Amino acid sequence: MYSSLILLPFFGVIVLNLPFRALMKKCAFWLCLSIVLFQICLILFPQICCFSDKLDALGSFFKFDFAVDSLSRVMLFCIGIVLFTALFVQRNNCEDEDKIFNFANVSLLILCGMNGVVMVKDIFSLYVFLEITAVSSFILIAFNKESVAFEGAFKYIILSAVATVLMLAAIALFLVISGDTGFSAISSALKVSQGRFFIGFAVGIFLCACFIKSGLVPFHGWVPDAYSSAPASVSVLLAGVVTKTVGIYTLIRIVNSIFGFGDPIKHLLLAVGAISIVVGALAALGQKDIKRMLAYSSISQVGYIVIGLGTGTALGLTGAIFHLFNHSIFKSLLFVNSAAVESETGTRDMDKLSGLAKKMPLTGITSILGSLSCAGIPPLAGFWSKLIIIIALWVSGFRGYAIIAVLASVLTLAYFLSWQRSVFFGILKEDLANVKEAGFGLVFPALILAVIIVGVGIFFPLFINSFALPIENILGG
Amino acid sequence: MYLDIIILVVLLLASLWTVMTRSILRSAIGLALTSVILSIVMFRLNSPLAAVFELSVCAGLISVLFVSTISITQPYTTEEILKRMKDMFARFRFLPLIIIVSAIGLAFVSIKPVINLPPPEAIKDARVMLWNVRGFDVMGQILILLTGVFGIVILFKEGLKK
Repeated sequence: MYSSLILLPFFGVIVLNLPFRALMKKCAFWLCLSIVLFQICLILFPQICCFSDKLDALGSFFKFDFAVDSLSRVMLFCIGIVLFTALFVQRNNCEDEDKIFNFANVSLLILCGMNGVVMVKDIFSLYVFLEITAVSSFILIAFNKESVAFEGAFKYIILSAVATVLMLAAIALFLVISGDTGFSAISSALKVSQGRFFIGFAVGIFLCACFIKSGLVPFHGWVPDAYSSAPASVSVLLAGVVTKTVGIYTLIRIVNSIFGFGDPIKHLLLAVGAISIVVGALAALGQKDIKRMLAYSSISQVGYIVIGLGTGTALGLTGAIFHLFNHSIFKSLLFVNSAAVESETGTRDMDKLSGLAKKMPLTGITSILGSLSCAGIPPLAGFWSKLIIIIALWVSGFRGYAIIAVLASVLTLAYFLSWQRSVFFGILKEDLANVKEAGFGLVFPALILAVIIVGVGIFFPLFINSFALPIENILGG
Repeated sequence: MYLDIIILVVLLLASLWTVMTRSILRSAIGLALTSVILSIVMFRLNSPLAAVFELSVCAGLISVLFVSTISITQPYTTEEILKRMKDMFARFRFLPLIIIVSAIGLAFVSIKPVINLPPPEAIKDARVMLWNVRGFDVMGQILILLTGVFGIVILFKEGLKK
């Protein structure tokens, strides 16, 4: 069933570049959108997609070998919904048919890459799909060919290349130790020969590579530049799923399936997570550019995911994955809101904006929901995931970290309130008197994301049964 | 053993020259030289096929592409390069020294890896390995190539028109 998630985007790219260019340019957006919608439907209602079994026969030709568990399904859903949002934002911000065509092509490629990353069970295949995602994101960051965007993309390329070298070296060492590249083979080989210098070294450099790819402190140098210089739709995609998939998902999967939760790994994850939470939140407080503030906020929120993972318990892992899902949704929403503000006012400087809630009511309301969810205010979705993480920290005895997490949550609220106050509330400035609500392409995805945030928050008791219980089974699997 | 150490030192020097030389053409030649030495290392490690790939693709094909691209574009003159690069390289002056000293230092640290290398698998032919065992990765690599091509077309095509 899941072969179609790789094969459909792959065939989509081929079909788009067949000779009928003029026709294909017109339907590129819709083709890409329908493939993304298919992915969302396949995850939500697996039973409706009966024809996709036929694609599995084709998948066996390519030796597809997947292991799709509930974590993969959460990621596949996030990828679908965020890419859906990014496509609408791009269509709204750009009239040029050629650009939309190019964006659709690269989107399909990055979709292939990310779907591959979250479904494989072999560390070398994981690396190959990480590279597809990374190369596509370089292209997307520099998509508008502005010099700042090239600078942001270049920083990302350099740091990503370092991460790639570390990862490849670690994979080579694992191959030497275990003679295979499958997750389970490496895991059992590591258990047999624990305590060797080379194993510790390989695990260490692989974790470093994951930290770079996730943009955690102290490897966060590329995040603010890449997020803020990229086009709006690409910022949504990068902050929403790309760094989550290539960094955080890889980290969770590798630690859970291969390394296991040993004490050194737990302490490393907790320390890196806590530093990221605090540094990201403090840096976000001082920002004047909306997108840079959201980028630093992402660093801080990713810290929460890592600190939850660092507890090494089923509850912590549930909280981490739930926060990963929530962060994908509310950070995409906030980037859509920043795109709406930028497209209507022409600026992202918070000092130049004021009182926009009267002119842009839908953007204002959805941004409040996104901000409050990010700050962890009940009953929104972000509250529950932060609560689970903090309880997991407290129960497993890491009380100092739990206190840091709670205090940093107050900082989060502080910078989001200052954002709301300076951009959406207050007196409307004279030069903003002609501003109107953003276009359909920016309001529609924002409303969908806001509904998800509120829905998941209010119906959390129903949600937890279908979400948390399967995750406990992942642990140790 | 000594031969290996000499080859590795030469490899290190060649790669340092590649990243530190101020002429982009010399840098391309340095990269080719590094690839040639790397293919010798691979040959000595009993992987002739990987060595041949490295020699033909990385040392041969890629160098040809680089050198031809450099020769059809108009690089800066030497003075301009020197002016631009002067400040950038000041901070890396000690890089070769640091690398060589740390390499010598590591040689004295007695890390004795007890690694049981798997025996060279004669049965698994490279062709079988590539197409029958790692077919999925081959598809992934096709996608990476496709993405790279798209990147060049999207980001640099208009530049050519101008």
